[in-house]
Order: sequence, then structure tokens, then C-alpha cells
Amino acid sequence: MSQTTNPPKPDTIYFFGTCLIDLIYPKAGVSAVQLLQRERVKVIYPQAQTCCGQPAWNSGYRDEARQVARAQIKFFPKNIPIVIPSGSCAGMMKTHYPELFKGEADEVEALNLANRVYELTEFLVDVLKVQLQDLGEAVEVAVHTSCSARREMGVADKIEQLLGQLSNVDVKEQAYKTECCGFGGTFAIKEPEISAAMVADKTLHIRATGATQLVSQDCGCLMNISGAFAYQAQHEGKAAPKAQHIAEFLWERTHG
Amino acid sequence: MAKPTEFRIDVEKALGKTEVRAHFRKAMDTLMTNRRNQFPDDAALQALRTQAQAIRANALSKLPELLEQLETNLTKNGVQVHWAETTDEANQIVLGIMQKHHAQSIIKGKSMVSEEMGLNHFLEERGIEALESDLGEFIIQLDGETPSHIIMPAIHKSKEQISKLFHEKFPDIPYTDNVDELTASARRILRDKFYAAPVGLSGVNFAVAETGTLCLVENEGNGRMSTTIPPVHIAVTGIEKVVEKLSDIPPLLSILPRSATGQPITTYFNMISGPRKADEKDGPTEVHLVLLDNGRSRIYSDPELLATLRCIRCGACINHCPVYVRIGGHSYGTVYPGPIGTILEPQKEGLKVHGELIQASSLCGACGEVCPVRIPIPNIINRLRHDSVRKDTENTPTQDAGTRRKPLEAAIWQAWSWSASHPSLYNFGGKTATQLRGLVPNNLGAWTKVRTAPKLAEQTLHQQLKALGVDHE
Amino acid sequence: MSNARTAILQRLNSVERPVVDVSARESLSVVSWDKAECIHRFTERMQAVRAEVHRSDRGNWLDKVAEICKTKGLNNLLLSPKTEWGQVITQNAAQFPRLKHYERSIEDWKEELFYQVDAGLTSTLGGIAETGTLILWSSPDEPRTLSLVPPIHIAILDTDKLYTTFAKAVKTQGWLEQGLPTNALLISGPSRSADIAQVLAYGVHGPRELVVVLV
Repeated sequence: MSQTTNPPKPDTIYFFGTCLIDLIYPKAGVSAVQLLQRERVKVIYPQAQTCCGQPAWNSGYRDEARQVARAQIKFFPKNIPIVIPSGSCAGMMKTHYPELFKGEADEVEALNLANRVYELTEFLVDVLKVQLQDLGEAVEVAVHTSCSARREMGVADKIEQLLGQLSNVDVKEQAYKTECCGFGGTFAIKEPEISAAMVADKTLHIRATGATQLVSQDCGCLMNISGAFAYQAQHEGKAAPKAQHIAEFLWERTHG
Repeated sequence: MAKPTEFRIDVEKALGKTEVRAHFRKAMDTLMTNRRNQFPDDAALQALRTQAQAIRANALSKLPELLEQLETNLTKNGVQVHWAETTDEANQIVLGIMQKHHAQSIIKGKSMVSEEMGLNHFLEERGIEALESDLGEFIIQLDGETPSHIIMPAIHKSKEQISKLFHEKFPDIPYTDNVDELTASARRILRDKFYAAPVGLSGVNFAVAETGTLCLVENEGNGRMSTTIPPVHIAVTGIEKVVEKLSDIPPLLSILPRSATGQPITTYFNMISGPRKADEKDGPTEVHLVLLDNGRSRIYSDPELLATLRCIRCGACINHCPVYVRIGGHSYGTVYPGPIGTILEPQKEGLKVHGELIQASSLCGACGEVCPVRIPIPNIINRLRHDSVRKDTENTPTQDAGTRRKPLEAAIWQAWSWSASHPSLYNFGGKTATQLRGLVPNNLGAWTKVRTAPKLAEQTLHQQLKALGVDHE
Repeated sequence: MSNARTAILQRLNSVERPVVDVSARESLSVVSWDKAECIHRFTERMQAVRAEVHRSDRGNWLDKVAEICKTKGLNNLLLSPKTEWGQVITQNAAQFPRLKHYERSIEDWKEELFYQVDAGLTSTLGGIAETGTLILWSSPDEPRTLSLVPPIHIAILDTDKLYTTFAKAVKTQGWLEQGLPTNALLISGPSRSADIAQVLAYGVHGPRELVVVLV
């Protein structure tokens, strides 16, 4: 759950880029850093960082997840906020590290790290209180909030709060908005048929809004939904709404 | 590729039935909307969930004492209490009671524990008729099916299917697809059965230790009939259903039907504290309670898994599950479907039998969000995934722990872990991967059946931020 | 099966008990509705589930019940002559359809009870405004089947005994102190089911109609 009291704006923060953004969506990570820097916050990106450990955690391989998590704890030692452009990875560090390290020698360090974790949109809205000015063309946007942002981090409304500041952005609400897109990490691989049925419905509902743009705070969901959009474009000749991480979308529309 | 399992086959079949899927969607939408309308004030809902959780957690923390207290008070009230470790023992107890009364038939109110026991089948094998009287249960029994939902057992059936079924099974009744007429027919048929039944069976929603009282929640009145008309009433329940005090009941009754069907309260709330007294004119002259363990005490022994036993069987997790709504209840191949089944069945029956279910969750958390007693269902799924592949199997009570650990999968995770905890290896791997991105196949198996393959970036974020001069310490 | 009992209890007792925070357990919802508000809410809830609610007072309740019997075209009415209401009705039997008294054990007249009674009339121990609920306690005078088997159930509720919530009723009436009857019952409408394609149908096993007379 998001903090009830937010700390004052810090001078310096850590940025945890996530492995998915590192390898597939680096532009989202760069945009997030630029958004943060524009608010006159010094961003530190420890180059040693790798992955939060969630894939192994969700697959039941806790020792393997802990080994990776333990490395991250070492790479983010300072007592400053850690901002993460993903509800899912933020949720892993904030809510699951305490479970993963329960009774371990470095439990205190894990708890300390967990307490410093912020999801990006949460940080922009609640801590930095950003004021955005829209420089873009009029556009209709659908928002997909990831389940982890919604339910683990409790930051479901932050994207809408940010988009609400953009005068030329019209948010279109899709049916079954709060329902999972069917990604679920290894779920998409282990239960491909169910996952496919879920993403088929998700794309259907987003298309029905007429929005030409989709934003989310999680690249896992984006990979799933935009992959399905692209497939449907290739095989069924349907137009594919543009799918972007919220950071990338915000930066594109607001930097001069 | 390994042979597809029964679960896989059932899932594919279920997903192929578009009409049934649309039917489930509509039904779950209604249940979700009804529930939402019952809780207009979120703060009040959260306070009530916290209270309900505390009531159930308190009861579990005193479980053995409360069971003894319940037994003492029920006995004082004239109810005979039986204990069963296994479903077979429970079935034998029911059979024994019936034999004592030379009873050839039993009429049943809705009871998921009796489904768990496979009681109908057990009795029928011994020449005893077990008749379901809940309308939904009656319908699926006519068609030789099992419930597809714990509170709406016939939810998978359309009105047309039920109309045809009635006509087929009762040719004397003219065909109708009028729900009131169908219901009236069922009433007439079952009235005669209630009239003649020597034994009635029911489940239990809550058992109050303090007063020795069995509580039953229902809408139709068949629960009342089953527990009132036949001279013998047998109640079956899991050992976890006990609560400490009478004052624990109103909050639970407040949250159960609202979470389940979105009703403010069910039509009947039936509190039974004993058989007919000497001066009373109706009610059974004998009341029995069968307390069933069937793996529950094993679940009880683990502080994390214990939360599973808080469940009050409302079905809200099922109604809100994006997996259940698509595959329906029967695909699970279990007594309890949906998220609660996903955590309960593998614990009850072992990971060898039902371990596959724990993969059937995207961990979206919708179940945990609506659970009236705040069972952290996604966390328990995660824990069971761990149990299924862990090496230190002595540290969990879960049956068949570690048996789903496959050498290749384990090796992959170990290699991943090694690489992701050694930055130089990871970065080398990342850079190499992006450089070789053209070699990533466009066919990634199941993923690319409905999606295009993701493309690796030209340069990793690590590389790009370094180039931009972002401080990296 | 005392072996099972011993084994189960032994297993449960061998576990290190979880420490639980039960501070939230006792919290009571606080609603303070006056009598008029209680009646209003009770009526609204009852009507929402297709129960009939009639208002009356000490002076005219008898006529009201008689009128209901007439409107429903009842041939007979089953009741206890010993309750406050039953006594008066019995004294004014001429105004009513044939009165039947629940005087024998069910076994002795089961067929008649099942197939030849048009309606049952009961008193109530109280009502609950929040959920639109009647409280009935079984007794030798008013057995359980009186409100269950006949197709119509007429219940008389003294509005002085209308409580805000179930918790309040349990507490104010001192259920725990009194000791529970064989069967304590909450009734919140006529028998119903949505098991056929989620279409609401009434009178599945219990009464098709519930008529509440507020006095």
C-alpha cells in the first residue's frame, strides 16, 4: 500500500530500471530518468543492478530469487528512495522482499530497502508533486494499470492523475478495466491458452474505446498487450493502438 | 513435449465453448456488480473485513479448545458429535447412522463437505438414495454432474439446458422454459421426498462453541426442510468452521451473503442448537454432527498456510477470478474450484494430484482483494509453488512437496540466479543478447500464437544511461 | 471414532499457536436509527425481496390480518391459540377462514400439514431494520414447520421489538443469557432461488409469500 505520509522531496534518488526495460524497453527507462531529473532530483543508476528476482520468486524458486535479491540490496545501500518504473518490480521489492528474507541474517537490510521503494507514477504524484504541461496533439488514451500497481502497491489512480494534467489528452475507459491482461510473468508461458483468452479480451475492450494510444506503468503488461495488438494487425488487419510506458508517453508530450 | 494433462485438456475444451464462456462472464458480472452495490462505503467494508478476519483468526488460534467446547455444549444440547480423520471415516459414520435407522434414503441440503466426501456416490454404491434438494444441486444431480461453483452449483447451465433436462427426466411434466414453472415442478417433486425422507443432511456455515449451535445460511428453505422434517438430521462440517462466541456471528453473517451473492442477508439464517425437546411438536429427534479433518489439521500446522482455514466459503474469490470466468468450475477437476480451490485442493489432496492448479493463476490479486476474511490467496499460491519445487521438504507440511521440481527447470533458474547476481555476467549477457537480437526467433511457442515476439533493444538501459552520463556510483 | 477425535486434537494441540491480533473482533457497527427510520428501512428491505409489509396498530391489527386472509382467499389458517395474537384471533374466529391449531406432533398429521394448509401465522421475537429480517424462536406453541411448510407465512411483528442490527438484537434481548432455543431463525423474505440461469424464482421449498403485519 502507498504511504499515508509522504516524505519531503529528496535531493537524490536511486533508479532501479528493471530487467525488462533494460533489455527490451530502455526508452521507457531513459524517459523516466529524464522526468525525474527535470524535477531537479539527482538520479543514481547503479550499473551493477540486474533484476528484482521476481521471475524466480513467482516460480517457487525462492533460494534463487533470494540470491538475486540479495545482490540488489547491496547495490542500493544509501538511505534514499528507490524509484522503479514498474508496479510489479516495485511490488516485489516492497511487499515480497520482507517475506523472502524473513529470518535471514540480512532481514533488516531487506526491510530497509523495502521501505524505500516507490513506483514511478506514485513518486511523481505523491512525492515530487509534478506539474506537467502538455505540448502534444490531441489524443485519446486508454490506461492499463497493472494488477501489481493496483493491488500490491495501491497506486491505481496515479496514471490518471498525471494524464489529468495534460490538456490535450482524453482518457477513454475500457470495459473490465481492473481485470488482469493475462501476462502474469510465467503464467503466460505455463498457461498459454488461458493467458491468450485473457489478452484477447483485453485488446478487444481497449479497441472498443477507440483510443489510439495505450499507456501502462508496467512493461510486462505492455509486452503482452502490444504483442497481441501487433499480431492482430499482422494477421487480422486491425489497427494497432500505440502502446507505451507512461514515462515515455509523458516525456514525449511534455519536453520542449 | 510431455503428454497434455487432464487439466490442460479440460482447459482447452472449456475455452473452446464460446457460448458457455459468455454465460459464465454474464453470471460473474452480475455477482460482481451485486457485491459492489452491497459495499458502497469502502472504509466500512475494510473495517468489516478486518473484523471478520479477526473473528476467524481468533477461532483458529483456539481451535482444539473450541472444538472440545463445541462438543461439550452440543452434547449437553442433545446433539451427537462424531469425529472423522478422513472422508472415508466420515462416510462410514453417516452410513452407520443410516443403518441404525434402517434408512434407505437421505435428503440433502447443500453441503460442500459432503461433496468433498463423495457421499452421494458412496451411499449409492451401497444401495442408498442420496437426493440433493438445493435447486441447483438437484439440477446437476439430474444430469450426473458435480457443482461448478460452490454457491451456485448449476451456474454453468443455461435455462434452455435445464428446461430440456427437466423434460427428459420427468416426461410427465409438460415442457416449459418458464423459470417459475420449472421451480414449481422441483418444489412438488421434492416436497414428496421431504415428506417421506427418514434422514436429512446439511452442511454447517458456522458452529458456535459457546452455545453449541450450528448455523446455516440459505435462500430456498431446503436447508430448513432437511434439518426439520426428517426424524434424523446429520450435519457434516470441516473442523475449521467453529467460532468462539455467539457475538462472532452477526459480523460474519453480515459479510458472507454480501460477498457471495450480493444479498444484504440470505432469506434464512437457521441456528440449530439441538434435537426436538420433549414438549416440542416437530424437528428431528436425533441430531448428529460429523467433524471432518481430511487434511485440515495438516494445513493448521503451518503458520502461513493456516490462513486457508479462515475461509467462510462465500465464493467471492471465484466470482472475481479472471481465470475461473474463462475456464469455468469443472476444468479444475476438483470439489472446490477457483482461487480457493487452487489453494485448498493441493493442500488437501497433495501436490501430485492437484499441483498443476497452482500455475493456473496470473497472481493478479483480485481474489485476495475481495476475500471477506482477507486470506492472502496469491501469497499462498506463491508459497505452494515454492513447496512444489523446494528441496527442504521437511520444512513444509504440504503433501508431495518437492515432487514437481524438474532438473532442467531447476538448472535454468540456478543459471539465471547466478547470472543475475553477478553484474558483470549479467551485463555481458545483456549486451551480447542485444547485439545478437536479430537471432531471436520470431516463433516463441505459445507466446507467438496470439502475439508477436518482443524485440530486444539495440542498446540496453545500462548502456544508454551510462552514455547519458547518469551517475552510476 | 474416538481414535479420530484423539488424533485430530493431538495434531492440533501439537502446533505452536499463531499469535493473532484480534483487536478488531469486537467492533460493533454503530447505527442509531429512531423507530420511524427502523420501520422505514425494514419495510424497504422486505419489499425489495417481494415480501408484503402492512402497517397496523393495537386497534386495527386484527381487522388487517382478517383482511389479508380474505384477499389471499385462504381456506384455512394454521396458528397457535396460545400466543398474544393467536388468542385474540381465536376469540374472533368468525372473521377468519377456518383456524387450525398446531396441537399434535408433526408425525400425527404430516399429510394435512404438507398438503392441506393454506397459510401459517406466527408471532415474532423481533425484527432487524438493517436487513429487513424477522426473528423467530421455535417453541412448543409455535413449531418450526409453522413458518416453513405452508405456502404463505403471515408474521406479526411488534414494532417496539424492531432493532437496528442483528448484533443489537442479540445483545438487547440477551440471547446468550436466555439460552438459545432448539431453533432460532432469521427470515428475510419468501423462499427464493436464482439457481436457474440467475433468474429469481420464489417459493422453492419454503413459503412462496411472506406477509409481515407491523403492529
